Amino acid sequence: MSRSLETAEHPETLRRVAIDTVSRVEGHGKVTILLDEQNQVHQVRLHIVEFRGFERFIQGRPYWEVPVMVQRLCGICPVSHHLAASKAMDQVVGAARLTATAEKIRRLMHYGQILQSHALHFFYLGSPDLLFGFDSDASRRNIVGVAQAHPETARRGVLLRKFGQEVIRVTAGKRVHGTGSIPGGVNKALTREERGFLLADIYQIVGWSRDAVQLIKRLNAQNPALYNSFGICRSNTMSLVGPAGDLDFYHGSLRARDANGGILFDGADYRDYPQFIQEEVKPWSYMKFPFFTAFGKKNGWYKVGPLARVQNCDHIPTPLAEAERREFVDYCGGMPTHAPLAYHWTRMIEMLHAAETIKDLLHDDDVLGDDLVRSGERAMEGVGVIEAPRGTLIHHYRVNEDDLVTMCNLIVSTTHNNQAMNEAIRQVARRYLDGREITEGLLNHIEVAIRCFDPCLSCATHAIGQMPLAVELVDAEGQRVHGLARNADGSISSATQ
Amino acid sequence: MQPGVVVLAAGNRSRGDDAIGPLLLERLAARLAAEGRGGEFELIDDYQLQVEHALDLKGRRLALFIDAGWRTPAPLAFYAVAAAPDAARGSTHELSPQAVLAVYRKIEGAEPPPAFVLCVRGERFELGEGLSGPAEAHMEAAWRHLTLLCGKPDAALWCAMANNSERGAA
Repeated sequence: MSRSLETAEHPETLRRVAIDTVSRVEGHGKVTILLDEQNQVHQVRLHIVEFRGFERFIQGRPYWEVPVMVQRLCGICPVSHHLAASKAMDQVVGAARLTATAEKIRRLMHYGQILQSHALHFFYLGSPDLLFGFDSDASRRNIVGVAQAHPETARRGVLLRKFGQEVIRVTAGKRVHGTGSIPGGVNKALTREERGFLLADIYQIVGWSRDAVQLIKRLNAQNPALYNSFGICRSNTMSLVGPAGDLDFYHGSLRARDANGGILFDGADYRDYPQFIQEEVKPWSYMKFPFFTAFGKKNGWYKVGPLARVQNCDHIPTPLAEAERREFVDYCGGMPTHAPLAYHWTRMIEMLHAAETIKDLLHDDDVLGDDLVRSGERAMEGVGVIEAPRGTLIHHYRVNEDDLVTMCNLIVSTTHNNQAMNEAIRQVARRYLDGREITEGLLNHIEVAIRCFDPCLSCATHAIGQMPLAVELVDAEGQRVHGLARNADGSISSATQ
Repeated sequence: MQPGVVVLAAGNRSRGDDAIGPLLLERLAARLAAEGRGGEFELIDDYQLQVEHALDLKGRRLALFIDAGWRTPAPLAFYAVAAAPDAARGSTHELSPQAVLAVYRKIEGAEPPPAFVLCVRGERFELGEGLSGPAEAHMEAAWRHLTLLCGKPDAALWCAMANNSERGAA
């Protein structure tokens, strides 16, 4: 019997469990599990409906509109799309190098985005599982439960998120729908008042970010066996690194390592990404499966995001985060770890780095400058790559002589992690579900593994009345034989036949 | 001085009927400005509700959440809402209005202001689409309701209107 769990040999004879996080638009996800009569797991798949309609949305628009428009692709990380598109359009307007003020304002905006996104993920999505346990009462596993049991932790989470939003507001011009970054630079710098406003809180933010790293380390130390093995999936990794091999979320060249940490490629110009990344289409998923061309579909898939970045770089260019990186590397014995729960630890190291970088940028007078925009020889094509909170984000455009976009290709972080997320939940299914009756707690183990990667499943729209999360066991004839249902308020109840 | 009433509209203007909330808010801003009443209301437009919106409730006497609804009553539902947590979710990234109120209660150690939801039914939410025909009609009904609400921003009156709405729905 195959144990890869991607494709069962005789699916027609198996029962089907569907974990359906359906929302009504693109960006929703579903897990399906095929079980035999003894509840042995034969097939596990994470289906994510890829963000369709990008091309239709962008094509035909003037290139200068694109950095603002693309923010509407995703309400979770609009700043990442704003900046990736801006970087691509810098090439179109011939701005080979930005002014010091423009680059530092963009960096400030981006590191504010990393800070607020990582805070949200850890304190809202991740910490309820980690603080209460994967099998704990589902009604407590939420931010309000965290606030009840750990009020100071929850308060800091909210205020860290809020601070990151304020950094975005003063650099992008508005809290949402910002217009700060434009092809060739930015349209505003900071005023002294804005700088003073952010400086008033930044030291507290750095302190709280340090505490967050200590919190995840304590949680890890309480149950290292779990943290080091849960959902483990060995793979290659990829991220941008700066010119000195340093961690850099805004700009750099692409570096990839194998599962043992060996360099696969380094210093790669991201504008050449089509030469070394291809995307496989599988019939059972709308989302593509990227892989390194040189290593093929089977061996070339990879992880992106905090766990990849922190292990891919040679050092972090801020002292507190670098000390934490070294401790993390030492803890892992100098070899890469592939445990999904380590995403949380590395995410907090990155949050600390973002806070330190914001502090440094706020003390740099370049952010008050008035030299904001560059231009040069017009080009017909541009590729912008950025390390978004969830991982590498690629924007690629072609623009015609009338300044209209004729081609758009986006590879988002969640797509890069598609195979890794599938492998992680297969590992969890083998370990925790095989041969057992499905319960909400076991179901949550699958969701915990997915949450480590923080996929962007709910892209931009959230109306009241979303469909519930449904878990159903269906026999080979498609008849429901047993089930659990996650209701619209998030609670779990038994489903009747 | 901080406005006493906060109106939070959630939605993405580029995803079909999800634009209902932001469009209503934009129209409300213009109306209030024309009437010289902009200082009475804080209007906040965002893609979705998040934990930091709990901080926007601080110091208010009244809160209104506006959002598009999916498979919700047509043309709209208007109801009072109380603090309650969202249970664990798969991996969504938004809070319900109830959860925003619950976060406020926990981090501020106080009861949130009286809060209400104006939920306007939408039909289609695809990227790049405009409002659907039904949603345009629902939004007009919602606009009439919203002007009534903002004409007299009083918690007791809004409670009575919410009770009437529920009886009408029943």
